[in-house]
Amino acid sequence: MRAKYVLAEVMVGLWRNVTMTIAMILTMAVSLTLLGVSLLAVWKVDDMKEYFHHNVEVSIFLKKDATQDQRDGLRDLLKKDDLVASASYESKEVAYQRFKQQFKDVPELINSTPPDAIPDSYRIKLKDSEKTDQLIAGYRDKPGVDTIVDQRKLLDKLFKFIVGGQKLALGFAALVGLAALLLVGNTIQVAAYSKRREVSIMRLVGASNWFIQAPFVLEAAFAGVIGAVLAWLMLVVGKIFVLDSATKSIASLISPFQWGDIWMMLPLLAAVAGVVNAIVGWITLRFYIKV
Amino acid sequence: MIRLEHVTKTYPKASRPSIEDATVSIEKGEFVFFIGPTGSGKSTIVKLMLREITPTKGKVFVNGKDITSIRPWKVANFRRSIGCVFQDFRLLPNRTAFENVAFALEVIGKTKSVARRVVPEVLELVGLGGKEHRFPHELSGGEQQRVAVARAFVNRPLILLADEPTGNLDPDTSIEIMRLLDRINRTGTTIVMVTHDSNIVNQMRRRVIEVDGGRIVRDQARGVYG
Repeated sequence: MRAKYVLAEVMVGLWRNVTMTIAMILTMAVSLTLLGVSLLAVWKVDDMKEYFHHNVEVSIFLKKDATQDQRDGLRDLLKKDDLVASASYESKEVAYQRFKQQFKDVPELINSTPPDAIPDSYRIKLKDSEKTDQLIAGYRDKPGVDTIVDQRKLLDKLFKFIVGGQKLALGFAALVGLAALLLVGNTIQVAAYSKRREVSIMRLVGASNWFIQAPFVLEAAFAGVIGAVLAWLMLVVGKIFVLDSATKSIASLISPFQWGDIWMMLPLLAAVAGVVNAIVGWITLRFYIKV
Repeated sequence: MIRLEHVTKTYPKASRPSIEDATVSIEKGEFVFFIGPTGSGKSTIVKLMLREITPTKGKVFVNGKDITSIRPWKVANFRRSIGCVFQDFRLLPNRTAFENVAFALEVIGKTKSVARRVVPEVLELVGLGGKEHRFPHELSGGEQQRVAVARAFVNRPLILLADEPTGNLDPDTSIEIMRLLDRINRTGTTIVMVTHDSNIVNQMRRRVIEVDGGRIVRDQARGVYG
């Protein structure tokens, strides 16, 4: 009976001011989408860091005119080196095959790259991935060595890029979120005003604060949950149409966004939106409905 | 039943207190008029008894409880023991007479079946039998005030506060409402009524407390106006 009364009040409340309700839900949805993207990016970076730092490689590229003696010398040095877990030789033919495989979705890139563009190299796995600098220092001036590439540095650049984007998304989420919360406050204020007669009578006959405030607070929370569902749908659409096609070409580099992560977003966003809205609604009420 | 002890109320920014050093004691079952000109502070007394406001100085006791120190979340519970009637009826326009009275039960958590049993009874008592399903705009002023009295009385409060209940009614209708309040008083309910209707006060011959300039200037059993 009480639950039915409260639910009916919530629906009437949302409908009474339907344009404002829509504006509130839409801004909320945009804000939550950005929040979701940002969270997914954080999880992704953590994932990737774990994966790549485990498999981190240092490539020692050889000069084109490196002699067989120099190559053998380097191989022996690497074998004896305490820092090295394993080292393998990759000829330029093998490297080119790998390159072709990696970028098979971008034939222009393959066609414009001559087969000997990638020089012969040693691919080295380290025992301790933190000690790349030490290794590079040791081999930089060895005869036959052209350049040494630390994959970790490359990856860190990529991570930095992703984290930068994520922070930007978070910033926008906060900004739009603030707008959404102001709209929530405003909606509640209008609702409280339009129901001031009922509220004054409720107080008169001794309705508890809980009873008076619950419909308003639930109204805000409910709008938040709807916003969260919309935001989640946007994330799903985003995954299907944008991320999946974008990550395909670099699929071997970036593991695709998992559906599990996306599913996790639904309860997470709904909880965040529902709770935050309820709190904002409740605080707003404290200014407009006094005991 | 109700006791004010040296109560002073000064509103913020007001230059002088609305009520100054008022001490009143009202016993169970009494019928008391507060009279006085507009702005004398008589409505402030009703607000103090309802704990809509708290006194600047002094204490207010209702039903043996000091309501000046009552916790905010217990105020709602306290108000359930008091019924209120006002000059402007304060009915919900989009609800029928029945629903207006039932609303008072609804918001304190009574079930529909309780409402179905109790509301017709109390509407019958105030003389609105057969008009349960009229909306306020379909009722006369006197009938609307009867609905308000029914709503105030449906929880069988120990005290009924009436702030100028006849202020918007013609003399004949006013007398009918007074008869109704008198009948409720006879059930043992304490009634505190604020008014400046001299006819009513003179006819009823009940206790009269006169307030002027925030001070109690007269307290007379079986008194008259003026």
